[in-house]
This record gives sequence, C-alpha cells and structure tokens, in this order.
Amino acid sequence: MCQVDEEYNDRLEKRTVPAVSQKCVKCKEGSAVLIIRAGDAFCRSCFKEYFVHKFRAMLGKNRVIYPGEKVLLAVSGGPASSAMLAQVQEGLSRDAPKKLRFKPGIIYVDEGGACGQRLEEREQVIAQLESIFRATGYPFHIVHLEQVFTLPSSVLEAVSAAPGRPEGSYKAAVDQFIQNSKLDGSVSPGDVSPAQDSALQDAQLRLSRLDTRDTPNGTPPFTPQHGRDLERLFASVRTLTAREDLLQTLRQHLVLHTARAEGYSKVMMGDSCSRLAVKLLGNISLGRGASLAADTGFSDPRYGDVVVVRPMRDYSSKEIALYNRMFGVPSVFIPGLDTKAPDKASIQRLTESFVTKLQADFPSTVSTIYRTSEKLHTACPPQNTDSEPSAKCLLCLCALDTKVEEASAFHATLVSERLSQKRVTESPGVRAGNTNTPASGGQCCSSRGEQDGSCGGGGEGCCSSNRVPPSLDLKSLLCYSCRLTIKDTTALDSLPQYIVTEAERRNRRSQMKQEISEFLLDEEEDGEEAS
Amino acid sequence: MPVLCSSCEQKRAVLKRPKTGHSLCKECFFWAFEEEVHQTIVSARLFSPGETVGIGASGGKDSTVLAHVLKVLNERYSYGLKLLLLSVDEGITGYRDDSLETVKRNQQQYDLPLKIVSYEELYGWTMDAIVKQVGLKNNCTFCGVFRRQALDRGAMMLKVDKICTGHNADDVAETVLMNVLRGDIARLRRCTAISTASEGEGVVPRCKPLKYAYEKEIVLYAYFKKLDYFSTECIYSPNAYRGHARAFLKDLEAVRPSAIVDVIHSGENLSVREGVRMPVQGNCSRCGYISSQALCKSCVLLEGLNRGLPKLGIGKHHRLHGKILAREPLTQEEERKLKAVDF
Ligand SMILES: [Zn+2]
Ligand SMILES: [Zn+2]
Ligand SMILES: [Zn+2]
Ligand SMILES: [Zn+2]
Repeated sequence: MCQVDEEYNDRLEKRTVPAVSQKCVKCKEGSAVLIIRAGDAFCRSCFKEYFVHKFRAMLGKNRVIYPGEKVLLAVSGGPASSAMLAQVQEGLSRDAPKKLRFKPGIIYVDEGGACGQRLEEREQVIAQLESIFRATGYPFHIVHLEQVFTLPSSVLEAVSAAPGRPEGSYKAAVDQFIQNSKLDGSVSPGDVSPAQDSALQDAQLRLSRLDTRDTPNGTPPFTPQHGRDLERLFASVRTLTAREDLLQTLRQHLVLHTARAEGYSKVMMGDSCSRLAVKLLGNISLGRGASLAADTGFSDPRYGDVVVVRPMRDYSSKEIALYNRMFGVPSVFIPGLDTKAPDKASIQRLTESFVTKLQADFPSTVSTIYRTSEKLHTACPPQNTDSEPSAKCLLCLCALDTKVEEASAFHATLVSERLSQKRVTESPGVRAGNTNTPASGGQCCSSRGEQDGSCGGGGEGCCSSNRVPPSLDLKSLLCYSCRLTIKDTTALDSLPQYIVTEAERRNRRSQMKQEISEFLLDEEEDGEEAS
Repeated sequence: MPVLCSSCEQKRAVLKRPKTGHSLCKECFFWAFEEEVHQTIVSARLFSPGETVGIGASGGKDSTVLAHVLKVLNERYSYGLKLLLLSVDEGITGYRDDSLETVKRNQQQYDLPLKIVSYEELYGWTMDAIVKQVGLKNNCTFCGVFRRQALDRGAMMLKVDKICTGHNADDVAETVLMNVLRGDIARLRRCTAISTASEGEGVVPRCKPLKYAYEKEIVLYAYFKKLDYFSTECIYSPNAYRGHARAFLKDLEAVRPSAIVDVIHSGENLSVREGVRMPVQGNCSRCGYISSQALCKSCVLLEGLNRGLPKLGIGKHHRLHGKILAREPLTQEEERKLKAVDF
C-alpha cells in the first residue's frame, strides 16, 4: 500500500501530468489526467474511484467501526482531514451495499490561543470551517484549547474498554443492524435526508453554547482568564519541542472529553501516510518508542472506551492534494505553533523537514518508514490486564515505559543525573564503595535537579505556587517522553487543574498502597480500580 | 565569575557535560564518566570474574577510551578480568598503518597484550585490493562483513571469552534511526541489545560497555586524559544512508541534547509484531560461521572476489549457493550479471 510515492522515480516525479494522448490504464477509455504511480495514468473518474475505494477498503479491512456507531471526525481544516470528511460524505451517500453505516459528527479544536493568533483571525477561521461543516449536515463541535481549564479530572482516569466484541461479532452486528432497519422501516442512520434537520438544529444549539462570539443567549465557552492562563502555560514551556508535545496532549484530552460527553465511541484522525512517517520518526526521537504502535497504527485503543482510528493512513499527502484540487474539497489554512519556525526549532519540525528532503532524494523513504509502523507493537511493559490504572501515563495515557530493567537507557539517564550533582553525605572516598542504583520509581536526586532548574529559571517557579503542593510528584506518573516535556515546563502551577487534581489523587493512592504494602498478598492486584 | 563544579561544589568547573548540561570539574567528570560505564557493566552483567576479554581496538577514540576505562575499572572494582587488545588490519594504506601505530602505543601504555589479525592473512585480500576490484561504492559491505569475522577469528586464537567493542550511544542511536529509514525490522530489533550471546560455533559473545556514553563525552574524556588516538574516518567513505542518519542525529542532539539517549530508549522499547518473519540462523556450510543462508556472507563475498564476480555477495543470489558449494561453474548468463561492475 501507499505506493504512490514509493514507485515514483525521478523521471515520473516531474511528470504528474501525463502526455496528451495517454489513455487511462484502468478503463482504457477516458483520457488520463494524472499519473499516480509509475506508469499508472488515471482518468478523472477512475482516480476518484480508486481514491474512494481505498477509504472503504481501509475501514473494511480493519472492521472496527460498527453500523450505527457514533464516530467523531477530527478535522483540523488541513488537506488530509478535509479529504477524510469528504470521503465520509461520499461513503454515506452511496447506495447499499457499499454504503458506510456509521453516524458522523465533527470536532475542530481551535488552538489559536496557544499559537498567538488574534481573536479576529480565530473567528475568521472558525466562520470558514463552520460553513464547510454546516454544508455536511453533520453535528459539529467547535472546541477551544482554553477549555482545558474547565476539563474534569475524569478525562485522565482509566476507563475500561467497552464490553469485548469478539472478532466474529462484527458480521452479526451488521446483520442485526440491517434487520432492525427493515423492521421499523426507518432509513439507515447517517442517511442525510431525515437526519439533516435535527443535525442542523443540534449543531446550531451547540454552536450557541460553544462559540466565542457574542451570541444572544449563549455563554462563551471560556473566560478571558482562561485565555491568559493558556498564554501563561505555553509561555512557561522553554522549548518549542515541549510546547508542540504539550499542545498535542491537551488537544487529545479535549477530543477525548468531547467524544465521551457526546457519546462518540470512535474518533477518526486524518493522518496521511506522509504524516505518519514523520510522526513515527519524530516519536522515536522524542523517546516515544514504547507507544509507537498505538501512535501510528490504524487504531489506538489506549483510552479504552473511545478508540482512535486513522483511515487516511494509506494516502500520501501528494495524492490527497491532487484529489482535493480535482474535486474541489475545501480546506482552510490555519497557522500552527511551528508554522514560521526554522527547520531546527523543534524535534518535530526538524523531523518533518528531514523526511521531506530525504523523500526528494529517495522516493521510497516515506513508504519504507510507514511500513515499519505496521510491523511494530508495544513491547513494554508486558500487557497485564490486572495492573493498576495508574500504570498509564498521566498525560498521554500510554502504558508507562519507565518500569524497565536496570540495564536500560532510562536508568542510564538517572545515573548520569545523579553522578553529576552533589550528594548529601558523600566524598569521593565513600563513593568508591557505593554502587547502588536509584530506586526504580525514578525519584532520586534527578527530580531535585529538575526543580532547581525550574525554580531558578522561572523566577516565580513551582515552589512559590499554592495550587501545586510542593510534594506533588508528577514525574513518577509520567512516561519517559512526557517527563521530558514537563522538564521543559518551568511553571508547573500553570498546568490546568484537572491534571493537578488527578496527579494528587494518584499520589495519594500510591502512598496508601505503600502504607499497606506489607499486608497485600498479590503485588499486581488492585482491589478497586482494576480495569 | 568562574562556575563551580555542580558535583563537588568546590573546584572550578572546566566543562559542561553534553549529556546532562551540568558543569563539572575535571576529576568529577572523570569520576562520573567511569562510574557510568561501571553501572552499565554491572547492571547488564556484562562480565564474570576470571574471563578473558578482548577489546576490539581500532586506534580510534572509542576503543582507546574503552581500553583505558576498562583497565581502570578492572582494577578499581576488582572485576578479575584478563584484558587484551584485539586489532584488525584491513590493509588500507595510509589509514590502517597509522591507526595500528596508535594501537601499538596503547598496548605499551596500558601494558595489555595485543593481537593483530589481517584481512590478507585471513582472506588473502587486502581492502586496497578489494577496492581495486569492486570500486568505492560497495566496499563497506566487504569491510563490515570481513571485520566482524576477523575479530571472531582473532578472539578464537587467543581463547577470548568475550569481545567488547567501542560502540557508543551515538552509534547505537544512529543505527536505530538508520534501520527505521531502511525499514530493516530484524536489525531494528537487535541493534539496541547491549550484548549478544554466543550464537553458534566460531562466534564469540560481544558487548558494548560504552552503549550509553555520548560521543562528545568520549572525546572530552580522551582530551582531558590526554589519550592518544587516531582521528581520521576510514578513507573509503561510509554509506550514504548512514550519513543521513548521522546528520539527522546531530541535528536532533543540537535541538535537545537528550535526544541520543531518547532514541535508544525508543529502540529498547520497540518490539516486532508476532508473525513478522525473521531469518533463521544456522551455520555456514563452508567455514562454520553463523549464517542464515547455506553460505555465510563472508564466504560468498570471498568467492565473488576469487572468481572475479564481485557482485555475487552484494545482491541476493541465494540460489547460487549450491553451485558455489559444489564448486560448479556458473552459466554464462549468471556470470554476465555478476561481472558488470556498475557501481
Ligand atoms: Zn479511467
Ligand atoms: Zn506520557
Ligand atoms: Zn568537582
Ligand atoms: Zn562461511
């Protein structure tokens, strides 16, 4: 799959427009309008068929979306997620049996507040998107990043997966669905005509609740104070790398919360294979190797009740651009955190420019990296269904990758931190005999070093805060990579309250467990919250 | 105002650790560097008392520092190891001559036994002669394959229990990135292992005690310890793809210094989905060395050189292994394909 780029060679790369007389390789009739891979010249309608088929094939192959299920489409306004929206529309409007049968809704997360956009610019973008969304007739949710300051801490709690649907039950569910539709004589949900009115009303209702503009009876979704809080939070993050990572995490929390609140059990993300290749290499560079499979695979089950799927993963960005241009799929350009940043401003940015340049020299780069993602799965920690919910990272909610053996990169970094700082009761003479390694929780002196850094750097740093108790141990609750992000965050008291609250709860719980540890018979057993 | 060492808080700091950003005095840096290698050795249980350990010595900075640190630690912590230096002479005029001189000086300084095995004596070919036949594009394939086996053969001659090599954190991270770029899942899985058990006859277990040491810190260590090393890259330049991975890693390090060890952490926590096919290891039916094919890579390359068909070992020509083993001639068509040196 994803051969579009793979099989290009330099000659063809420059020749996406075929020679005048060329015929379509598929129907042998229509005159070709574009070449999508070596030698394959497609006419307009065959290209559309190929593109549309790929979407359905991806969903069909993976069989995770059930008929009638509510699916939230995460649309950023960019080409890939806009093409995804167009594919869903296309799929829902088809005749049975090729028809898609889920109930879509749309979410857009407005990140302008973290990217220094003016309010008017943000309103303009939102207005454009609204008109696109409204035209679909689907319910849509415009969420602002500022709303993280009103999120409940339950977003971060582990939720057990929906009652298991064994492999074979997919077909049964489809049959059942068709049966029901016949019985009550209703039209399939997702069918536009009857649903349209209510969807529109629904959307308008929600809009009045969420929109920032002064609507007659709606309350704005966030206060000016939240706007300032968000600015302060992002200003306190020292590096663009960490800012981008934090933004990604918060955005994910908002999407997750909206999905749960509105009853969506699937979220569709528009990552193309070009995007996923960058993400895969970038995440390796960020130390996110352990969750690579979930971060870049077709489906990401980490949230339990809400599953993220990536149906655009077989399309290259080039293909998407061609499709959007040819079939008038609207997209909106929205500047991001790193839009004007130089290549080496962050790990994510650097990775993107590296992959893009390498792709230009070696046209199989993207597809090779992408294929790597299909061969990986999570190795660490061993999947234990009985393990505590707190074994997931507080921020990204991936399985914690910090309980690894002593001979590991993670412990090596702890050792380096420890050996580079003054230890309380030690002289080199004493140290010679001391070969202890730090406690596996990773709470050795390195956490001290971090606090030194953040207090010294920020001025009004973490210690002066009264919202964050000085004893709060965030670190032990975070995965390897989120630790790096938090390490670059100088004012921990600017974190949204739901994160602090959940961290405190987990701290208390682990303290509790420590106190009663000698009475617990099975280390893995957790009475209350096993998921 | 002079910066104080963040470890002893007494002496003036002379360097900023590339790995952690801490400012340290010379003594505290030496201490931290050596101690970290010690922690690596202890936590990964790299050695057992009484073992004979061959240090793969190239005369470059990594193996020079490795030899020095291992000697220090062996005495400080009474590992009880018998250390010796193991060198390979690839037969590259102007490059190996100089670096071997360095190894010989090291041998005297550290008072460690030294064994040099040469390609010429093992294979009947020097790298210079190989390059003359195969050109510059694929010579690293030959060199890599031959060196690996040469170290093993040298180790067997000296009855060495383990070989340790100077691979540092940068090398490991770079290899992780390169294997991702090449989509080489089998290597991606193996490349972060700190040690390899003996995989069969003729293969000596290997380990990388400097796996978590930054290249820059190795240079700093050598600089302040005034260690003598030979600092030129191989004159037959390395492959382009590794070059890209290296440049990318350097950029990553510049953005976030921990990136090197972050990449290794990623590599250590990846694993391969079940059902992805991995090559089965067996033994070469000619020389007995470990191999997933009937003939090991080294024997195929050698056969290619000796028959004047250098491409034999470069592509995938497993079908021909039977003929080679039976010392049968190849067909004209087969010869034609393998002869053309278009690289
Ligand atoms: Zn056609
Ligand atoms: Zn995390
Ligand atoms: Zn000092
Ligand atoms: Zn052999």
